[in-house]
Amino acid sequence: MFTMKRILQLIPVFFGATLLVYFLVFATPGDPIAALSGGKPMAPAVEASLRAQYNLDQPFWVQYFLYLKNLVTFDLGQTFSGQAVSDVIARAMPVTARLAIMALAIEAIFGVIFGVFAGLKKGKLFDSTVLVASLLVIAVPTFVLGFVLQFVVGVKLAWAKPTVSSGAPWGDLILPAVVLGLVSLAYVIRLTRTSIIENKSADYVRTATAKGLSRRRVVVVHILRNSLIPVVTFLGADLGSLMGGAIVTEGIFNVPGVGNLLYQAILKGESATVVAVVSVLVLVFVIANLVVDLLYAWLDPRIRLV
Amino acid sequence: MSEQLKGQSVNGSTDQDRPLLEIRDLAITFSTPEGPVNAVRNARLTVMPGETVAIVGESGSGKSTTALAAIGLLPGNGKVTGGTIVFDGEDITHASEKRIIELRGSSIGMVPQDPMSNLNPVWKIGFQVKETLKANGLAGNNSKERVAQVLADAGLPNAAVRAGQYPHEFSGGMRQRALIAIGLACGPRLLIADEPTSALDVTVQQQILDHLDTMTSELGTAVLLITHDLGLAAERAEKIVVMYKGQVVEAGPALDILRNPRHPYTQRLVAAAPSLASKRLQSQPTEVAEDLNAVVKAEHPTVGEDILQIKDLTKVFKIRRGLGRSDDFTAVDNVSFSVKKGTTTAIVGESGSGKSTVAQMVLSLLKPTSGSITFDGQDMTGRNERELFKFRRRVQPIFQDPYGSLDPMYSIYRTIEEPLRIHGIGDAKSRQHRVRELLEHVSMPSSTMHRFPNELSGGQRQRIAIARALALQPEVMICDEAVSALDVLVQAQILNLLNKLQEELNLTYLFITHDLAVVRQIADDVCVMQHGRIVEHSTADEVFNNPQSEYTRNLLQAIPGATLLL
Repeated sequence: MFTMKRILQLIPVFFGATLLVYFLVFATPGDPIAALSGGKPMAPAVEASLRAQYNLDQPFWVQYFLYLKNLVTFDLGQTFSGQAVSDVIARAMPVTARLAIMALAIEAIFGVIFGVFAGLKKGKLFDSTVLVASLLVIAVPTFVLGFVLQFVVGVKLAWAKPTVSSGAPWGDLILPAVVLGLVSLAYVIRLTRTSIIENKSADYVRTATAKGLSRRRVVVVHILRNSLIPVVTFLGADLGSLMGGAIVTEGIFNVPGVGNLLYQAILKGESATVVAVVSVLVLVFVIANLVVDLLYAWLDPRIRLV
Repeated sequence: MSEQLKGQSVNGSTDQDRPLLEIRDLAITFSTPEGPVNAVRNARLTVMPGETVAIVGESGSGKSTTALAAIGLLPGNGKVTGGTIVFDGEDITHASEKRIIELRGSSIGMVPQDPMSNLNPVWKIGFQVKETLKANGLAGNNSKERVAQVLADAGLPNAAVRAGQYPHEFSGGMRQRALIAIGLACGPRLLIADEPTSALDVTVQQQILDHLDTMTSELGTAVLLITHDLGLAAERAEKIVVMYKGQVVEAGPALDILRNPRHPYTQRLVAAAPSLASKRLQSQPTEVAEDLNAVVKAEHPTVGEDILQIKDLTKVFKIRRGLGRSDDFTAVDNVSFSVKKGTTTAIVGESGSGKSTVAQMVLSLLKPTSGSITFDGQDMTGRNERELFKFRRRVQPIFQDPYGSLDPMYSIYRTIEEPLRIHGIGDAKSRQHRVRELLEHVSMPSSTMHRFPNELSGGQRQRIAIARALALQPEVMICDEAVSALDVLVQAQILNLLNKLQEELNLTYLFITHDLAVVRQIADDVCVMQHGRIVEHSTADEVFNNPQSEYTRNLLQAIPGATLLL
């Protein structure tokens, strides 16, 4: 029931998002056709036919509705170089998905482990070190972090390839995934730590201890599960940002993913591509949030899904 | 509970003459940012096998800290800095973590204070019982049946099914039964019961304590009962240890302490214990007082006239069931009563009886579904904002929690002055004069006005809340559990203050409380509420001496210490 309702909610979200993005691209200054020809003059007849081909001679609403009409028949339109947008996305999406999932795995696993130990050893050396390090990671911009790691790990130490080869195999994506997940990793550590500190002084933890449970069981069964509730929410919402926010990382490591695709399309003013990519990202975002809500209810039985 | 049963406890190997728990010269220090705090000094107590010993004291007296030290559960910044704790002949003061874990659950069990926060909300009740059995090697093969048995023993009906439910699906009383089940699951020799029922209604409290008594005497378990309630301690324990400011000030057989308290603190505690024997504090305005109030009375209703009339008051809440469906829940059902000027009417009931909902409607904080509230001859339901504003000046609330009802960012002066400013009374200078006067009324030095709520104790804060309520010279004060959060001695002081103010200012009180002993001391008239209805409405003397309804009789019987003869 709850899942059904959430899926129905997708419909207005989809229309809203596509309309907004379509309008933003439309309103962006610069003429896409002029950009296509590299700013050189073009024969008026050629220009007119190109405009007609991409419906650029129509007013905004007509353009948008023509786009929607094609969408119903699963035709996402074409790029200016004549490729089907759906093909382009199908090539880029798996690469970004792999990258995002690796980044998510890194931040979830290491974030929770570091966060738990920092929280349990609050005020000790390990905790302080983790706190300072995470603050540092949050403070340094991704492009700095990315280039530094690319240079040190990829070029100097040559532990990994500095750029991703075509086809973007898993192994090549490890370094970009670390860079992509590093900032969120710092947030996950801090969130987990705070949550652990809060829960470890809860009354039910004391009661669990009084029952004669081992320290380990108290931590894993009674502190950890309760502490993970806010962390799971963060991770779910972060998956969406990782998919869409990989533009910088994909640029540094030359990853042929969605971020790169989107960046190029925006530069060229290709509304069909931009809207299609953003719509897919919106979809990912909404589904990720749905999964979070279901997970949330599973982790915390007090929450009823209505 | 039977003495013989306790004597022949089943612990065959135990030497009955040797204390089960002996605490000698215990000192506990907490390290705080402001430096070390000595929470407990020279505490000593002895619990014999099968015996019930109560530690009585106010909050902060160190009673819980002392007991928790015995089971190694001091908070992270607390440390035993002196003395010894001997359990069954073994010195466990500085026992290893491993040894303490062995003792917990199987030898020393615990029933904690607040049933709402002591069960892990994300695990089923059955799971939380089972892990206790498992940790102490008692789960066996039929752990499911064993869990149901343990829960049923603690008085949980339909235990097998309820074991599959989560804590939030249990009522407070049921949760406490589950916690008792956990505490006694592994048949410990000593049970530490830390205020096991203070969060519960008085009738539930009685059932739970009766059941705990039965269980511990059958099992031969010794109980270390921690409580702030002297009546309860005297009723349930053979020996009482009185703690005050981290020290044991008096110890001995329960009735001896009650009859012949020697330490001044114990004497005050006994005197203030709101037992049934106490009478209405004298507050009826005397002839002289009436003369003094003659001017006031010319404009306002005189003593004896109804200032507040509640007629057929009903409040229905919608409980959402999802998808636009909702169920009706009648919180207040056709309630009618009236309050005479200058008197105190108490509304008594257990949690969920609708008494606070009535108070909120009288304060116009909540809109009634139907019925009328007449104040000084005017119907207050359906009034506009301006009329309500005037009404609010004449009817003021005092709330239960003095920690939550004062803004921590406001100085005391600003807190008391605020209503005067909002209602545009006087200039800055006269308002300052008035704040001084109000502080004097509630027996606080005028230097208090520059301080902040966090610098004051609970009782002092409640005095400030009263001063704020008095600022606008109201005629009616609605006290919603105004003394329930306070320790016994402080509670007595505040009740005396309220009586004094009633006398001086000819105030009318509507007193909402769950505590019948408090009602006895302050009320002239009593309404007893159950399930949203008034089941009994009479004068206080009538209700206490000749209760008409079954429910009122049960309530009266459940007051701890009710059966004690002093």
